[in-house]
Amino acid sequence: MESLLQSFFGDNILTLLLYCSLPLVFLLLYALLAILGEVKVSAWMQDRLGPMRTGPYGIIQPIADVLKLLQKEDITPANADKFLFNLAPYLSFMSAYAALAVIPFSSQYVGADLNLGLFYLLAISSLNVAAIMMAGWASNNKYSLYGSMRAVAQIVSYEVPAAMVLVIVVMFIGSLNLQDIIIAQSGPFWNWIVFGGPKQDVMLASGHTLDASWTNLIFFPLFLGTFVMYYISGLAETNRTPFDIPEAESELVSGYHTEYSGMKFAMFFMSEYANMFIVSAVTAILFFGGWNSPFGVYLGDAFDAPWLVAVEQFGWLVLKGLFFVFMMIWIRWTLPRLRVDQLMYMCWKVLIPFSFGVALLVGFLVVIL
Amino acid sequence: MELTILFYVFAALTLLPALVVVFSRSLIHAAFSLLFTFMGVAGLYVLLNADFIAVAQIMVYIGGILILLVFGVMLTRRPTDVDIQTSVMKTLPATIVVAAVLGTLLVTLVPAQWIQIDDMPAIDGTALEIGELLMTTFILPFEVAGILLLVAVMGAALIARKPKEL
Repeated sequence: MESLLQSFFGDNILTLLLYCSLPLVFLLLYALLAILGEVKVSAWMQDRLGPMRTGPYGIIQPIADVLKLLQKEDITPANADKFLFNLAPYLSFMSAYAALAVIPFSSQYVGADLNLGLFYLLAISSLNVAAIMMAGWASNNKYSLYGSMRAVAQIVSYEVPAAMVLVIVVMFIGSLNLQDIIIAQSGPFWNWIVFGGPKQDVMLASGHTLDASWTNLIFFPLFLGTFVMYYISGLAETNRTPFDIPEAESELVSGYHTEYSGMKFAMFFMSEYANMFIVSAVTAILFFGGWNSPFGVYLGDAFDAPWLVAVEQFGWLVLKGLFFVFMMIWIRWTLPRLRVDQLMYMCWKVLIPFSFGVALLVGFLVVIL
Repeated sequence: MELTILFYVFAALTLLPALVVVFSRSLIHAAFSLLFTFMGVAGLYVLLNADFIAVAQIMVYIGGILILLVFGVMLTRRPTDVDIQTSVMKTLPATIVVAAVLGTLLVTLVPAQWIQIDDMPAIDGTALEIGELLMTTFILPFEVAGILLLVAVMGAALIARKPKEL
């Protein structure tokens, strides 16, 4: 991908900028789709039609929504801390976009092929916490402040089980590189980590070989549980229902972005949807083979077209990611909101002990097998 | 060339918010400025090929210490009017301490042999080596630090608990 851009624009900073802005194009298109998905799925679940007037079946509703947001008046409350108030939405979106840098969209395209990919993902998400806190404090509004406090407490708590789950996968694969983790799951779907990981030896991109055999099947129940734990923590970290007490409409208006309007609200909105996709994509990468085709073969190989393989891989990752985004929407419109104490109970007394237990068990099995 | 420009960008990102930290009258502004200082320092670590330290810097300082700091400021005072002493006071003892710190730094910095980062061989990640060293040569300090943190966590839980539950 980079070499393709280089052949058009030469080896200069423009090429790099274009290379870095490719995920932005994807993100904007995905956000339109996700907005439509949210309104339509919620409508179907409540036996309604949802938006029907804008375009056939209302499919251009998200474009109308975006145009509305762009034209809205940009209000800064008189008593807000102007500088921090204006900075927070950008910082929030920046953290989400920075996380996309290490997501491998195909075997050919990854913004930064870091050896520390997973660790980086964990670290960069903490920037969002700072942004939420900044927004909540700078708005000078009690609902915003309460919302941001709740959001921060929740995200910081659920980071612990999420990190533990990542440790489990890293222990099993032996690499923090996301590309390596995907390569380890190459082949048909039974090689995905959720089904117990690879069943034959694989050569990782870093050069070392991962020994594997059919005995890995005993990891299947463990990794299935790990996947569920990661998905629950991911839901909590993106502040989605049933973990949406930071934005609980009935108590807090809309949490830390109560005072935001127009474009700045759109930035928070984009960052929430981007975070949803990142959690979904990481779930797909860690447990469901990332960009690997579930059948183990690609159409592009049959036609001897490497570019088609890359496109297919991109398609598989996006498809898997969108499926988990759909599941988030599904859960949102199915389950009621948890109370604060239930939320903390779930994290500290259920997820953390279980994730530590599974980590011990997986570590033990990795050593003896 | 690009590295030099990047170095100055990150150095500015580190130092300019640090000036805000020192001179700002608002405690919250000072705390949030630290965010950018920490990010600048992480960038400098990346330039020095220390990728693990850079990410750990973001994780520990921005994800942990900064959040704790801001929480502390928000929860200990009423968030709207923070009136913590920000005027100049105790000039003489402060001057002595700062001069001592500056002197120590200069004694170390001036005779130091500086290496151009352009001349250094590119390293492909440091996580593996750091991990191996922590588990072999430096296992004792590593475990002691772990026990220290465990004790701190237990102490915090003990303080936060209601007395009647003891």
